[in-house]
Amino acid sequence: MDILNLIRISAKALLRNKTRSALSMLGIVIGIAAVIAVVNLGEGLKQSTANQLSDMGTNLIMVMRANQRRGGVSMGSSNVQSLKVRDCELIAKGAKNVTMVSPVVNSGGQLVNGSKNWSGTVYGGSPDYLEIRKYEIATGVNFTEEDVKKYAKVGLIGQTIVEELFDEGEDPIGKTIRVGNMPFKVIGTLKERGENGMGMDQDDLVVMPYSTVQKRMLGVDYIQQIVCSAASEDVAEAAVEEIESILRVSHKIPEGGDDDFEVRTQQEMLEMMSSMTGMITTVLVAIALISLLVGCIGIMNIMYVTVTERTKEIGLRMSIGAKNSAILLQFLTESIILSLIGGVIGLLLGLLLSYVVSLAMSLPYVVNVGWMIISFVSCAILGLISGFFPALKASRTDPINALRYE
Amino acid sequence: MNEKQSIIKVENLKRTFVVGSEEVHALKGVSFDICQGEFVSIMGSSGSGKSTLLNILGCLDQPTSGEYFIDGISVRERSKNELSDIRNRKIGFVFQSYNLLPRTSALENVELPLVYNLDVSHRERHERAQHALELVGLKDRMGHMPNQLSGGQQQRVAIARALVNDPVIVLADEATGNLDTRTSYEIMSLFQSLHEQGKTIAFVTHESDISVFTSRTIFLRDGHILRDESVATKSAAEALAALPVDNDY
Repeated sequence: MDILNLIRISAKALLRNKTRSALSMLGIVIGIAAVIAVVNLGEGLKQSTANQLSDMGTNLIMVMRANQRRGGVSMGSSNVQSLKVRDCELIAKGAKNVTMVSPVVNSGGQLVNGSKNWSGTVYGGSPDYLEIRKYEIATGVNFTEEDVKKYAKVGLIGQTIVEELFDEGEDPIGKTIRVGNMPFKVIGTLKERGENGMGMDQDDLVVMPYSTVQKRMLGVDYIQQIVCSAASEDVAEAAVEEIESILRVSHKIPEGGDDDFEVRTQQEMLEMMSSMTGMITTVLVAIALISLLVGCIGIMNIMYVTVTERTKEIGLRMSIGAKNSAILLQFLTESIILSLIGGVIGLLLGLLLSYVVSLAMSLPYVVNVGWMIISFVSCAILGLISGFFPALKASRTDPINALRYE
Repeated sequence: MNEKQSIIKVENLKRTFVVGSEEVHALKGVSFDICQGEFVSIMGSSGSGKSTLLNILGCLDQPTSGEYFIDGISVRERSKNELSDIRNRKIGFVFQSYNLLPRTSALENVELPLVYNLDVSHRERHERAQHALELVGLKDRMGHMPNQLSGGQQQRVAIARALVNDPVIVLADEATGNLDTRTSYEIMSLFQSLHEQGKTIAFVTHESDISVFTSRTIFLRDGHILRDESVATKSAAEALAALPVDNDY
């Protein structure tokens, strides 16, 4: 029996029971659609985070305080006060691959303008801070080194704070508002950036000279973070090594001792984020695969029913000379056709679904061709497996009894 | 008849079934020959062993002992696949309940045996099926589905299907059992005309008024051949003409 004939016979048998064929396909359709949709959406999410992180600057390097053991006692990273402004100066002087350095000190505080108030975060940095973090000034000017030296009570505010503290159309520049008990003059506003990949509002911030935040707000001499800009993305790794060796010397960390700081590049952050979304995607794909498995069991079930129902047909085919193998192949082909058609429909449905959701969530629409191929091939394999046992049962039918079967 | 080639040769055929702890002897040593061009009816009441005999003749079942040759080929100790091929090339089956595939046209039903014969091309299959349908008088019903055909027409399709592979013998199992008298006679008339064209036919029935249309009757009782006699063939066409006109048709 040639293959075309086999497909024709099987397709005919399936068409004879359109509703049942469609219903048994449904499991596969849903399973494949779920897999494709989840994979594509996961991919879109990954890409969207990557886009947003690279908005922050691909050559961004962050130096953070690290958890350190001192005398066997874990200190907890927030208690570590090892980063100092002097470290920034040393990096600026010593690291050849670093073009800009800024300390970061932040503090929360109640922002007050007349009767309006808003709880916001204040970031203290050097004049380079805005450029390192790729913030752009909308109106007004940046603060200067002079302001840093004088602990000047000046700041730039993000658009969220402009909206919350000022009336519409009111120009914030030159106005004096308070953060906590400290009044400061708004010298500039920042361009709107929207939310970042984790849903954080990037416009809800005040940027001030780090010295102002250190002395006037917090009364501390340490800093929480250092942000640097590498000369280019290519030298980011070299810059990290330079920073590490400078800080190890400055912090007098012995050979083999634990660093009390941690240097991360934007690239690493990116990898971290994508491994997170990757994990979520993996879990969802696993769930989708289970539904695919259930779909296969559905097909197997229907094929068993079909075989029983068509006992007489099987008996007839055998009596006119169909070999057992021909019967086996016929029913196998039926289940493969079922699952492949289901797979194609599911594929299209999954593509559509992920497209619609991407649009709704304003994610980039990414199609993962690899998974499309994987799911298509697995459809064929699953069809083969779920059809095999019913087909085997059919091929073992005794024609004498089958012909008498009513 | 002697000069004619023996199509079916059965020698001391026995078939024993084991039901639980009991042995049931369905055939207790049956011997006969069917020669080319014969129209034989195998008669017997229920339990006489005619179904068992038919299954063996149709290569659906194997005898417990004894020899069975079909077209000179010994059927003993053949594999399942070999038996399938014998059924496919040498035997045409006609069943009581027609056994046509539903929602499949008459033509495609007739093509079915040739589907399992790789030597027959798609085109040849088509032509032979058309020819077989013409032979049974259904030239104008080829595209019809079984549910669009009367019982008699369905049985004609089934006969065409039995003829399409040009078998050495047509085995009919109570082929008129589901039909009214008039249609039965029509079918018998068709069998007689096929017989005149040289087909070898074995017709299993329990109705003696059907067996009179054949030229030889083998009576089975309790697994033995009771009688094996040539009879004067009655013409089915004449019997048909003799039926009262108002015969619920």
